[in-house]
Amino acid sequence: MIKAILIFNNHGKPRLSKFYEHYSEDTEQQIIRETFHLVSKRDENVCNFLEGGMLIGGSDYKLIYRHYATLYFVFCVDSSESELGILDLIQVFVETLDKCFENVCELDLIFHVDKVHNILAEMVMGGMVLETNMNEIIMQVDAQNKMEKSEIKTRHILSCIPQYKIQYHSHHSCHYYGDLTVPLFQCTSRIRDH
Amino acid sequence: MALKIVKGSIDRMFDKNLQDLVRGIRNHKEDEAKYISTCIDEIKQELKQDNIAVKANAVCKLTYLQMLGYDVSWAAFNIVEVMSSSKFTYKRIGYLAASQCFHESTDVIMLTTNQIRKDLSSPNQYDTGVALTGLSCFVTPDLARDLANDIMTLMSHTKPYIRKKAVLIMYKVFLKYPESLRPAFPRLKEKLEDPDPGVQSAAVNVICELARRNPKNYLSLAPLFFKLMTSSTNNWVLIKIIKLFGALTPLEPRLGKKLIEPLTNLIHSTSAMSLLYECVNTVIAVLISLSSGMPNHSASIQLCVQKLRILIEDSDQNLKYLGLLAMSKILKTHPKSVQSHKDLILQCLDDKDESIRLRALDLLYGMVSKKNLMEIVKKLMLHVDKAEGTTYRDELLTKIIDICSQSNYQYITNFEWYISILVELTRLEGTRHGHLIASQMLDVAIRVKAIRVFAVAQMATLLDNAHLLTGNMQRNGICEVLYAAAWICGEFSEHLENPMQTLEAMLRPKVATLPGHIQAVYVQNAAKLFATVLKNQEGNTDSTTAQETSQLMIERLPLFVQSANLEVQERASCILQLVKYIQKLQQKDIEVAEEVSALFAGELNPVAPKAQKKVPVPEGLDLDAWINEPPSESESEDEQPKAIFSKEEPKHSRPRHTEVDEKELARRREARKQEQANNPFYIKASPSSQKVYQETAGVEHIPVVQIDLSVPLKVPGLPMSDQYVKLEEERRQKERAEKKKKEKKKRKEKRSGRGKKHDSGPESEEDITPAHMVDIVTEEMPENALPSDDDDKDPNDPHKALDIDLDNLVEAAGRRPLADSEKLPVRSHRAAEVVKSPTEDGEMESVASQEPKKKNSKEKKEKKKDKDRERKKSKDEKKKKKHKHEEKEEDLLRGQADEPVVQSEETSEVVAPPTSTSAEVSDLDFWLSTAPVPSNTQEAATVAAEAAPVPEAASGTAPASEPDEPKDTEMEETKSSKHKKKKQKKEKEEKEKKKKKKHHHHHHHSDGGGEESVQNGTVEEEEPLPPMSNYCLLAENSYIKMVCDIQGNLQDGSQVVVSVIFENKCDSFLKSMEFNVLDSLNCKLQRPEGSGPHDGLTVPFQLPPGVSNEARFVFTVQSIVMPQKLKGTLTFIVKNEDSSTHEKLDFKLHFTCTSYLITTPCYSDAFAKLLESGDLNGSSVRLEGINMPFHHLLARICFHHHFSVVERIDSCASMYSRSIQGHHVCLLVKTSGQTVSIDAKCDEPTLLGNVLDEIKQTFSQC
Repeated sequence: MIKAILIFNNHGKPRLSKFYEHYSEDTEQQIIRETFHLVSKRDENVCNFLEGGMLIGGSDYKLIYRHYATLYFVFCVDSSESELGILDLIQVFVETLDKCFENVCELDLIFHVDKVHNILAEMVMGGMVLETNMNEIIMQVDAQNKMEKSEIKTRHILSCIPQYKIQYHSHHSCHYYGDLTVPLFQCTSRIRDH
Repeated sequence: MALKIVKGSIDRMFDKNLQDLVRGIRNHKEDEAKYISTCIDEIKQELKQDNIAVKANAVCKLTYLQMLGYDVSWAAFNIVEVMSSSKFTYKRIGYLAASQCFHESTDVIMLTTNQIRKDLSSPNQYDTGVALTGLSCFVTPDLARDLANDIMTLMSHTKPYIRKKAVLIMYKVFLKYPESLRPAFPRLKEKLEDPDPGVQSAAVNVICELARRNPKNYLSLAPLFFKLMTSSTNNWVLIKIIKLFGALTPLEPRLGKKLIEPLTNLIHSTSAMSLLYECVNTVIAVLISLSSGMPNHSASIQLCVQKLRILIEDSDQNLKYLGLLAMSKILKTHPKSVQSHKDLILQCLDDKDESIRLRALDLLYGMVSKKNLMEIVKKLMLHVDKAEGTTYRDELLTKIIDICSQSNYQYITNFEWYISILVELTRLEGTRHGHLIASQMLDVAIRVKAIRVFAVAQMATLLDNAHLLTGNMQRNGICEVLYAAAWICGEFSEHLENPMQTLEAMLRPKVATLPGHIQAVYVQNAAKLFATVLKNQEGNTDSTTAQETSQLMIERLPLFVQSANLEVQERASCILQLVKYIQKLQQKDIEVAEEVSALFAGELNPVAPKAQKKVPVPEGLDLDAWINEPPSESESEDEQPKAIFSKEEPKHSRPRHTEVDEKELARRREARKQEQANNPFYIKASPSSQKVYQETAGVEHIPVVQIDLSVPLKVPGLPMSDQYVKLEEERRQKERAEKKKKEKKKRKEKRSGRGKKHDSGPESEEDITPAHMVDIVTEEMPENALPSDDDDKDPNDPHKALDIDLDNLVEAAGRRPLADSEKLPVRSHRAAEVVKSPTEDGEMESVASQEPKKKNSKEKKEKKKDKDRERKKSKDEKKKKKHKHEEKEEDLLRGQADEPVVQSEETSEVVAPPTSTSAEVSDLDFWLSTAPVPSNTQEAATVAAEAAPVPEAASGTAPASEPDEPKDTEMEETKSSKHKKKKQKKEKEEKEKKKKKKHHHHHHHSDGGGEESVQNGTVEEEEPLPPMSNYCLLAENSYIKMVCDIQGNLQDGSQVVVSVIFENKCDSFLKSMEFNVLDSLNCKLQRPEGSGPHDGLTVPFQLPPGVSNEARFVFTVQSIVMPQKLKGTLTFIVKNEDSSTHEKLDFKLHFTCTSYLITTPCYSDAFAKLLESGDLNGSSVRLEGINMPFHHLLARICFHHHFSVVERIDSCASMYSRSIQGHHVCLLVKTSGQTVSIDAKCDEPTLLGNVLDEIKQTFSQC
């Protein structure tokens, strides 16, 4: 079972948090901070597993993470999950994001966290892996987006929701951290199997 | 267009969507909180709008704010509104928000039931999908119960997209509503073979998750999973299944056998590392679950270790990490296979990745042996020096201590070295583990008596240099070490070379800066030192030193009297007054040393950590019963309505106590204190009384420590542990050389035949003798302690409720069909009720649904217990069979044609559950019993097994390196003989162990099971010996029977303990028993002080009809060289219903010389030295007509005459024992045919003669 999926950037800013078990908002923030603290102090070339922090269940749980450009993707899982399997799942997740957002970068996650949630929902459900086939995932996500668009088109005139696509570059000046437009896949190596 | 303009003119706020919010927050770095609070106000406004699009937009923003840590539960109702929108876009936003912030105590959830139900049955598959996804995150017991049926229907939906989600969510439903498991299971099982791989994968996922928690209920699915495993190509599914098998194999060894081959194939064929790794893991689990007897056992283990080595050597840190992780699993059962990769693991200690270093450390823990401990620890110490960052260094420190102290210091051969290591560790700066080091120092000093002299010297140096440790004080945890140092120096001060100096060090003013509890120990132990100094000075005519010491105390103690710490203050002022008084006496030239040291007299025994817990509850004592009537306050509460009380009891119990007013509390506390003070069994909590001084009568079962110092005890300043490593190496080399010499001699005598086996191969474990022969003082346990180590499972585990027997309902076989009550609730009028009064209704229902649940689980527990019992029984049977197997070992080696049959017989006993009538189970049996392995591979395996020796037999040589010679008969012969040798060795060890056990327990029955072995070594199985008992009949009449056993007292060279079992043979009550003997000059019964020399001893119990009990009597003996008889009488009263009569029974106590002997282990080199010393007189005896196996003969001598086997070579054995007064008795027992000759040597010829006579008599009786 997966207990939580967290995405945060190099500075610990949460970009997505999905807990499959209930915690209060405060505890959730603490868990994110604790996890960031554990993960961020690790070197680039060390293994991607570590024991969970105290808040999330201690040594019964493993944190399995990958670091892409400016973002950390962390899965907190119990012993029923295969470590290498989860690493691959993270890879599938990021590759899917890459396909859906076309060269995904941190900004995409910042402004479209709802979309990221929708993609994730097609992969993991209630803490269990639902689908690992990327094409299948993308197909379902696209189908749902299409449905949404058709709904919005019909009510476009009434609705005050503007277009989804936004111009990152116009906001470049107000970035405090690094370059958020770095595509996540720039610094990753594709992995072994699947 | 027009509308937009109007809007814009009213307010811009409706335009702010999620992106605007994010952008806004990013633009307000300085006052983020303020900005967000205005946003939330806006959102609140938006939520008031009727426009659903605006609401959805607001909810979407709230979801984002929730991620940032803002509580949005206040908007729960609006979320429900958005969820119920007919538009997918908004519905999705609503469900996402709900999944992020709803939980079981969100009360609006109960309003969602109908909406969710509607969405589940929506014609749009994405509506259904979104509802399922959302529900998976916030499902509650109520929702689960109400929707279970709908979801079950969805499991057969036409769209695989829905099917897989429905299947997956069932797991959550089961967790919240366990009753749904049985009705839903058949369909879930069907889905394992769904045509869509996604659905199949989901079903595998759910069942694996279920089976992981309660594996035994899912054994019957093994064939199905097996089929999936061999057919599926989806690595995810394969990994899950293989993991599941890992959980199932411990329950069913036959399954493991079946798995080995396909798993091995997968290992060879797959390119996916994740799959390979899980296969290796499961193979390991299989190998662990299989007791040996697998022909290709070692081949599989080799394969695993080989693959893991490849992983560990990989440059990918993840693989390295996992490789080490799996290695540690193998280590537990097959340490030898892992130990050969020690190089690799030590290499990992240098890895830059801390996780990997920690894993490697874990492995090291299991890899140490007597031989390599020092070397490994030396390496770790180097790492300690190098380590950056305290976390890892502290981890290293704990690991070093763990490694050294594991299984009672099993691997430590030189405790001086260990103490030096501990002392070196104290020099670590900023460690948090000062306490750990301190407790190790204390433990070693207390339990290893031989080391005390050395330890005390080291601790004195530590105290002297305390300023080094306390450099930056307080926050520095290392000063805890001083606690141990002060205590050791005080407690064992008789070993101090210069107690004056240490005393001075302990009273330095700087001590006052130490933490309070340490100061307290300083003060207390200064007093002990003071006593020692006085005692040492006693004989001297010049009393100035003693007076100077008193003066020193009087000068320095006031500093502590002023201490802010209460404990320190109290002790200091107490001791100060005492010293002042002593000084007065000294000035009058009165000798006080005796009295002062009496303050601290007595020996300290370590008590096992669980001792208190293990004291069995005496019969007839009900700990839960009220001792007094419960206080009146609670009575009024009892009058409250029952239902509320019973429901909330656990919560209530605490606050109830606080209601009692202060006065009452004080009164009760006082009463309790009074009670405790009067209760001799109450252990008081103050640290000063932690020490339990033993009354002289109670010390019999403290084992004695035999010291044989072959290394000179030098006390240099602060030692470098390294020098011990060198010393140890030299010592071992010398030993080895000696051994070789001896062996050569032996070989010459025996003419070299199969002598090659010992050839200078690598030194094996057993060859290393410890530098000090150290018996580690056992931790005390209460008598008849319960051996059970009940693992307390978490009672709150939700998975417990899912422990449901599922076998019977598959295909509705009619065995236990679903009862009506078990059917899932179908849509009913309930929904209307909910609206009526949500809170009350919910409460009522949860009560209603909980009650049957509880009952169910209780029943299940009962069942489980039954099963366990049965399993245990069959395990016992299996063990018995194992014995037979061992005897047949050779047959097994040649051809194991008959082996599988036997195996399957015994395992079927193990597995067959009580309800084995189930067709499903017998199907499983059938499936498991058909051998899947093609015959030719089995043959190959057999050949392989013959070519490679039994893995355990070759301790030093790796099986892989075994030469591939053609197997001829000769070779087989050597092998079997090798095997025999091994077995004999084991027996010997076993016997020695048995003997040693006796040390600790005078009262020792021949079956003596359940005792904890504390010896260094491992317990192994032994061939059965005929039952033996040392209890012999003392006297008997129609009322009572007395049997007795006589044993020497370890502690006191002049004491013998007689254990007498009194058995009531009649129908009356026996009471007022009095035991009396007529003392002789040499031998006297110890009577309590104040009683005359002819008074009898009252037996401390009465005997109801048919009951027997044991009492012990201590005798003092002066000379032990001659056997002796004492006449005695037992008087007692026979009490019937109407009458009571006085009766007596005469007896003769026979003190044999044997009873003065104490089983003492002796190592062969010490034995040889003893014989060479020439101090011993010889004698010999021949026994004719002995036709029992030699090892039985030895066992008898060991058992009845308290000897231990030193060494055994074929039909010749050397044995050793020691009398309570320290006489050495050495035997050389040889057998040829039916004649046994015993050559004996002893430093006391009379004793020897008598012992030999007694041995002769033992064997003439049988």
